[in-house]
Amino acid sequence: MSDTTAFLTEPRETAPRRPAAERVRDWFEIYLPFPEQKLRTQATRCMDCGVPFCHNGCPLSNLIPDWNELVSRGRWHEAVRQLHATNNFPEFTGRVCPAPCEASCVLGIDTPPVTIKQIEKTIIDRAFADGFVAPEPSATKTGKRIAVIGSGPAGLAAAQQLARAGHEVTVFEKADRIGGLLRYGIPNFKMEKHLIDRRLEQMRAEGVRFRTGAHVGVNVAVEDLRREHHALLLAGGAEQPRDLRVPGRELAGIHFAMEFLPQQNRRNAGDEVPAEQAILAGGKRVVIIGGGDTGADCLGTCHRQGALSVTQFELLPKPPDERSPATPWPLWPMQLRTEGAHEEGGARDWSVSTVRFSGDEDGNVKLLHTVRVDGRLQPIPGTEFTVDADLVLLAMGFLGPVRGGLIEQLGVTLDQRGNVSTGENYMSSVPGVFAAGDMRRGQSLVVWAIAEGRKAAQAIDKYLTA
Amino acid sequence: MPDLHATTALPLAQGLYDPRHEHDACGIGFVTHIKGHKSHDIIVKGIEVLINLTHRGACGCDPETGDGAGILIQIPHKFFARECVRLGFTLPPAGEYGVGMTFLPVEKHRRLQCEGVIERIAREEGLTVLGWRDTPIGASTIGRVARGSQPYIQQVFLARARGMHEDQLERRLYLVRKRIETELTDAYIPSMSCRTIVYKGLLLAPQIAKFYRELCDPEVVSALCLVHQRFSTNTFPTWPLAHPYRYIAHNGEINTVRGNVNWMYARQSVLSSPLFGADLAKLFPIIQPGGSDSASFDNALELLVMSGRSLPHAMAMLIPEAWAKNEHMNPQKRAFYEYHASLMEPWDGPAAIAFTDGRSIGATLDRNGLRPARYLVTQDDLVIMASESGVLAIPPEQVVRKGRLQPGKMLLVDTVEGRIISDREIKRALYGRNPYQLWLKENQINLQQLNDPPRQHGADSETLVLRQRAFGYTAEELKMILGPMGVKGEEPIGSMGNDVPLACLSDQPQPLFNYFKQLFAQVTNPPIDPIREDMVMSLTSYIGNERNILDETPMHCHTLKLEHPILTNRDLEKLRRVSQGDFLATTLPLLFPADEGSKGLERALNQLCRRASLAIQSGYSLLILSDRGLDPDYAAIPSLLALAAVHHHLVREKSRTQVALVIESGEPREVMHFALLIGYGASAVNPYLALETVASEAGPNKEAQAKATANFIKSINKGLLKTFSKMGISTLQSYRGAQVFEAIGLNRNVIERYFTGTASRIEGVGLEVIAEEALRKHAHAFQPVTESEPELRLGGNYRFRANGEYHLYNPQTISKLQHSVQQNSAQTFQEYTDLIDKQTRQLCTLRGLLEIKSSPEPIALEDVEPASEIVKRFATGAMSFGSISQEAHETLAIAMNRIGGRSNTGEGGEDEARFGTDKRSSVKQVASGRFGVTANYLVNADELQIKMAQGAKPGEGGQLPGHKVDRNIARVRHSTPGVGLISPPPHHDIYSIEDLAQLIYDLKNVNPSARISVKLVAEVGVGTVAAGVAKAHADVILISGDSGGTGASPLSSIQHAGVPWELGLAEAHQVLVMNDLRGRVRLQTDGKLQTGRDVAIAALLGAEEFGFATAPLVAMGCIMMRKCHLNTCPVGIATQDPLLRAKFHGTPEHVINFFFFLADQVRRYMAQMGFRTFDEMVGRSDMLECRPTPDHWKAKGIDLSTILYNPPVPSRVARRCVDQQDHGLTDALDHTLIDQARAALDHRQPVEIRLPIRNVHRTVGAMLSGEIARRYGSAGLPRDTIRCRFQGSAGQSFGAFLAAGVTLELEGDANDYVGKGLSGGHLIVYPPKNSTFLPEENILIGNVALYGATGGEAYFNGVAGERFAVRNSGAKAVVEGAGDHGCEYMTGGTVVVLGKCGRNFAAGMSGGFAYVLDELGDFAEKRCNLTSVDLVPMGEDEDMVRSLIEKHVAATGSPRAQWVLENWTQMSPRFLKVYPRDLRALSVAAPQEAIHV
Repeated sequence: MSDTTAFLTEPRETAPRRPAAERVRDWFEIYLPFPEQKLRTQATRCMDCGVPFCHNGCPLSNLIPDWNELVSRGRWHEAVRQLHATNNFPEFTGRVCPAPCEASCVLGIDTPPVTIKQIEKTIIDRAFADGFVAPEPSATKTGKRIAVIGSGPAGLAAAQQLARAGHEVTVFEKADRIGGLLRYGIPNFKMEKHLIDRRLEQMRAEGVRFRTGAHVGVNVAVEDLRREHHALLLAGGAEQPRDLRVPGRELAGIHFAMEFLPQQNRRNAGDEVPAEQAILAGGKRVVIIGGGDTGADCLGTCHRQGALSVTQFELLPKPPDERSPATPWPLWPMQLRTEGAHEEGGARDWSVSTVRFSGDEDGNVKLLHTVRVDGRLQPIPGTEFTVDADLVLLAMGFLGPVRGGLIEQLGVTLDQRGNVSTGENYMSSVPGVFAAGDMRRGQSLVVWAIAEGRKAAQAIDKYLTA
Repeated sequence: MPDLHATTALPLAQGLYDPRHEHDACGIGFVTHIKGHKSHDIIVKGIEVLINLTHRGACGCDPETGDGAGILIQIPHKFFARECVRLGFTLPPAGEYGVGMTFLPVEKHRRLQCEGVIERIAREEGLTVLGWRDTPIGASTIGRVARGSQPYIQQVFLARARGMHEDQLERRLYLVRKRIETELTDAYIPSMSCRTIVYKGLLLAPQIAKFYRELCDPEVVSALCLVHQRFSTNTFPTWPLAHPYRYIAHNGEINTVRGNVNWMYARQSVLSSPLFGADLAKLFPIIQPGGSDSASFDNALELLVMSGRSLPHAMAMLIPEAWAKNEHMNPQKRAFYEYHASLMEPWDGPAAIAFTDGRSIGATLDRNGLRPARYLVTQDDLVIMASESGVLAIPPEQVVRKGRLQPGKMLLVDTVEGRIISDREIKRALYGRNPYQLWLKENQINLQQLNDPPRQHGADSETLVLRQRAFGYTAEELKMILGPMGVKGEEPIGSMGNDVPLACLSDQPQPLFNYFKQLFAQVTNPPIDPIREDMVMSLTSYIGNERNILDETPMHCHTLKLEHPILTNRDLEKLRRVSQGDFLATTLPLLFPADEGSKGLERALNQLCRRASLAIQSGYSLLILSDRGLDPDYAAIPSLLALAAVHHHLVREKSRTQVALVIESGEPREVMHFALLIGYGASAVNPYLALETVASEAGPNKEAQAKATANFIKSINKGLLKTFSKMGISTLQSYRGAQVFEAIGLNRNVIERYFTGTASRIEGVGLEVIAEEALRKHAHAFQPVTESEPELRLGGNYRFRANGEYHLYNPQTISKLQHSVQQNSAQTFQEYTDLIDKQTRQLCTLRGLLEIKSSPEPIALEDVEPASEIVKRFATGAMSFGSISQEAHETLAIAMNRIGGRSNTGEGGEDEARFGTDKRSSVKQVASGRFGVTANYLVNADELQIKMAQGAKPGEGGQLPGHKVDRNIARVRHSTPGVGLISPPPHHDIYSIEDLAQLIYDLKNVNPSARISVKLVAEVGVGTVAAGVAKAHADVILISGDSGGTGASPLSSIQHAGVPWELGLAEAHQVLVMNDLRGRVRLQTDGKLQTGRDVAIAALLGAEEFGFATAPLVAMGCIMMRKCHLNTCPVGIATQDPLLRAKFHGTPEHVINFFFFLADQVRRYMAQMGFRTFDEMVGRSDMLECRPTPDHWKAKGIDLSTILYNPPVPSRVARRCVDQQDHGLTDALDHTLIDQARAALDHRQPVEIRLPIRNVHRTVGAMLSGEIARRYGSAGLPRDTIRCRFQGSAGQSFGAFLAAGVTLELEGDANDYVGKGLSGGHLIVYPPKNSTFLPEENILIGNVALYGATGGEAYFNGVAGERFAVRNSGAKAVVEGAGDHGCEYMTGGTVVVLGKCGRNFAAGMSGGFAYVLDELGDFAEKRCNLTSVDLVPMGEDEDMVRSLIEKHVAATGSPRAQWVLENWTQMSPRFLKVYPRDLRALSVAAPQEAIHV
């Protein structure tokens, strides 16, 4: 590293967010630009560890110390090569990844870690701006055809890798646009969608074909797919939401987060959402059940829609402000996280269990009946309370891929958790059918999806060329 | 190549033992009458000298059997004439017959056959066999083991042919002997000469005259007597290996012997001599196979002498002075040496050699002067020379002169001319022989003289990346190796150890270079400091067609002189187009067809060898082996493979010396690569791609590029010197072809064909894998580079990278280990060890290829020895306070003290405040820097560990940079805050095995209750060294693996020196068992031990104790930053920065948990194997088996059976330590001193003691000092409380570690190591009052006086040997003259020199002051090394200096000092103050801190 002691003298500094009051009035990303010189200084904080734990924290094994150094020296072009060497889509992870790399940064043992995520984002944003990102079509063609089912980060990463290896790749997406969760799950204020489009442009130039509105197992026959391709990759995500089976669940105004969030993304993309289907928080008292990232996405979206109030409940106890001793460094720390959305308003409460909903005469939800729970999630008698609500969003996680349809028709074996079971070579119980991403490992991070997609692509390539 | 061990009586190679690793060192001496008067008395005196050198020899398991002793005398003609008459034949007059001393087989028929052969050969050569004489022997006087192998000893008398004069007869006898040696492999001929006879054998000195009975016969007379007492590392009964040989007795070791022997063999084809004519071929092989280094040297010397060179001439050729960098040497003398350097390479290594041809006798020292040799001349014309002074009692008034041999100098007594010939006269005669200067001027060529080439290869940035990929360059190498070299001009430094897989186990394609490990010097010879003692080092070499070395013509120096071996493209092009004289170059391509795989590679190699032969036949004298021009179809042959193949092919063809091999390759890029290429015979290397890479890293600026390439070349050259010096080799010429490497994981076929003679002990990969590795890189190169990948592979060798090389310490293992000890979770610990053990099975280490067997009768866990006992076998590694923080150091100590294990101070001393507390480290290390090694330090230890080498950087010293030396550290190390400290590569009191024995004796004297351990690093031959160390009375031998950690070391050392502990430990155990020495020592091992399985395997391979350094550090929070050398450790361990130290969160509990987890795992393995006690497990290699790895492309060829070998010895031979060493302390003179000093010890009352003293009284004062330190700490007793007066010659280490309150006064002289570690005591030495010589011109005390002294005063009324006050850190001393390297590495104290100094004064001196009276006015120019010191007038120190001189006069009565004082006004301006520059800088910055004289 150019400066071996910068970590002692330079404090951590990240890009500031726009004022909450301003940003809740639009759908743009919330971060302000960060001066290059400052960023390069931040990069010098990297200690170039003998054993870079960030490598291990990152599912992609991003070459973090290497590009940190390149950035510190202003060698942006080389930096993006190194970044792209392990990560197809750093512009996505640089925005939406919770950055387990930073959690395992050696500096983080007792000082704020290196701003790895910010550096990653800057490298790729500059690379696009400077024209360093160009299509990399394969010089040779293998003549093998592969169908990738699902166009989320796992499917896209796999498709890009396979196309670059010279295979003929078609991505099947049931929605009307490519991108899966990236496109419809993640709100614009976290990641603007034109970022996906420019990446797709590169992929098209590399020979990847995209078919939207192609719901395999519904309007695309599985047998046809099998017949026309040498291999299939299942990358359909873990879209089965966890439900809250309590009395009153059937009341109107109670929705899964993934019914709510995509609608706003559509509106932002210029689509019209029919009024009868619209789920809107404007002027409503909203309760979000679930304290995770999706909950936070709902929170930010509700504020932007003009919610009257937003309350977010979490079943688990409030995590400590600092890293819990139960998750020592370099493990992913159990600790209270405050996202951008949390700054924008709303209330958070922990150890709260919702026992039933009640509604008005029209069958609209109006009231949550809740109780506090102890460490073992058992209700504590006498702590019951109620909360008014016009809209309830369930953001309680996912239970694996949607059963039926494709999964059933292919007849792939599922594991105990209901995910597609594969061997180390990512191949399912059906020869030639592979799986990756949330569909294989269950609900997880974008960065894991990309990692899975890459590994599956490698396995498929080996399978096809061996 | 000749088979090296056909005729030795040594055991055959077995397991990891190989007889060629035997070493010896010893005491030598001679007695001669200058005028050549023969007498029996000379022999009596010679034998007495020998007996008084007994302590320099050794005996093995049988105390009555020595390692060998012998004498060489002139033929006692009268005696033989008388004896032969008795036998029925008559001898002709003296000089007309020769005597052959023969060792024949005992079995009668075979003996008769041998006699028949000898007679036949003698007759065939025209000699007459006069008769045989059974040499009368006293068989019962020698030891059991010696008797067992005693040969039948006979003398044969051979008469000359008519008309032969004496020289012709001598030559014919030589021829006869050579023929006999070739024909008879079971006979040995100690001597066959008409002038001299050798009596030698597996004897102890006192036995020699009893065994060879005629030596007592008064008619056995001689004018000269050369004697030798051997200390061999090993004790296998070998009569022939005793000295003297036919011409020499040798104390030391030839490090380059393998290369020398190869070259001698290779040049046989061009030898010719008119004196032998066609008979010359009968002398072949010149070097008798199976001989030791000394025997081989003797063979070479004999050839040169027999073919007409004088004895001094031949010696000066073989062991030249260090002339290359000595600008003050007479130019004619330099020319003499340079001329001969173009004839042959030096035989390099520490050596004191006494030689004789029966008429003159003399001795010489190697260029480093690393052996003691003292002589005196008496009034009745005797010259007595020996390794020690005082070996013969000569009345002082009889002594005319006392001297010592100086580095590179010769002493010669010509008994025919009847005078002593000085070195100056000898050399003058030599350089006067021929106009060497003119010859050189007219015939020698250098690069500058060659015409500029019309064009040269330029850089090609287009294909740079492609070629980098083809040769396997990684981004990491560019960043960590090549880039920094280009910027800084030196090899990059790293820290912590090496934890990546061996090349033969790695899944990544490796450069062939990585299969080799550097050898290094330890114990039997010293490494050299190539920086501070740069004056002996040289990279110069001469290339060109080598001529007949038996001749001497101007054309012999028609060579091309290279200042260093790295060629730029321009240099190479000059060579390629050379057309001067006989120089003619041709280029041979190093490419093979990529699609033909290993078959193609093999064919290409064969073709290359054929082409090389053809080129020689066509008259080419320079072969450039070039891998330029690779393309998609042709890949590069690994440069080392190509070179070694051609080299050995030409050696076998005996045409090797007619041609120079130059490498033009893109592959070599680090120091190790160049070292290997040169070590396997390359004359020069053009690393075109490395040069291009370095230039490209420097950016587009041409000037910056030129600077970067120059820096790169500079750093490679520096690194090469460092690599040579590790092995104790000084010159590139002798390193070339010396093959000082061990291969790990190359199979027999590859080794035998291409790397003939290289040790490779576990088989491994063959040509197929080598080809595969080359082809993988080649394929990678020709794959198009995309935008989304780094252009080069990342590497991951030096630091962990997720998809790079595997590391044992990786994020998972480190965090699991830390979590387990923090949470005290055995479960998590098991997860940690599973990762390691499972991963070692995924191939990283040799132990990973082993499987622990289960007993058919396992026992219950509760029946196994408790963990609390097992942890006592654990020790933490030697990490100095300085390299790690006080917090970390003390945490380790507390933890180990709590569990009954041992922590180690490391080499930085220990704060006395920790003595007697739970923060005390029970192991106190004694390393080469001797920081803080005081009597008090030594007595506060349970174990004293002598560090001979360190796993991460064997053969190297260390350096603590000034920024780490804070006030505390400086206090503990007795140095100055802010001033950097150097640990020299060698211990300056250990240049050989007998010196180690001496240091062990010294330490044991100070602290008889401490056990002494000796730390070695695994390399091939470490077993033999360990046997020697056991015989030197070490209690514990630690075998460190190559992977151990370090605070700072060149990256090439971390990666490429030493071998895994599995090999070293197993070898040491096997050799100790074979020698029946295992029962006397405990074996310890360390080097990345991480799990219970590792410990169990080490125990099964023979270890009783185990060392850990990295693992406990990790347990305390170390995260393997590998930044120790930068002082920026973010977890407060390897740093002295208070800010960072505050981040240390380790606790003793963490460390304790680690060791208990480990012990618990060991117990489980013990239960599985059915061992109740740990002792039962030691050495049970039969409980291990090799795990077959048929699927791994590389590992499948590996065979570990040598590691698991169990020597077949009877069950009475112990396989673990069951006995204690006898340190021989009972004879120490100090018992008398202590007795007589009772009143002082008990009641602080002053006492005075008077005693005579002899050279056999060693380490006088040390045991007494230990007693004082134990009672009174470092303060000792009040000044002069105990005053001892001695008369005579004191043995070695006189006044070692002398405590405050003791004054030793010696009238006489003293040997080496006077005042070593002086700890506050006073020393006074002056010559006998009735002696007649001038004290200031005569040697008074030996070499390396006041080494590591920390306090006290010393007054020497005479001259000291080399390295006076080396690493002194507190003593004040006055001396009247000193040898080379005075005040080297000094860090404190005051030294006044009133006379002449040798060269290289104050090298590496960083503290204290020296005041030198420079009467000759040449001190600054010729004698002082001004790299780190300034010379200034005494200034305000004048009064202090004067008062020291006054004290000197008062103590010694020195007339010289008296004279200086009387003429003070004239003299005082002539004193120069030697002022260390660092210190000066500090005193400018902060005057209050600097001066602490």
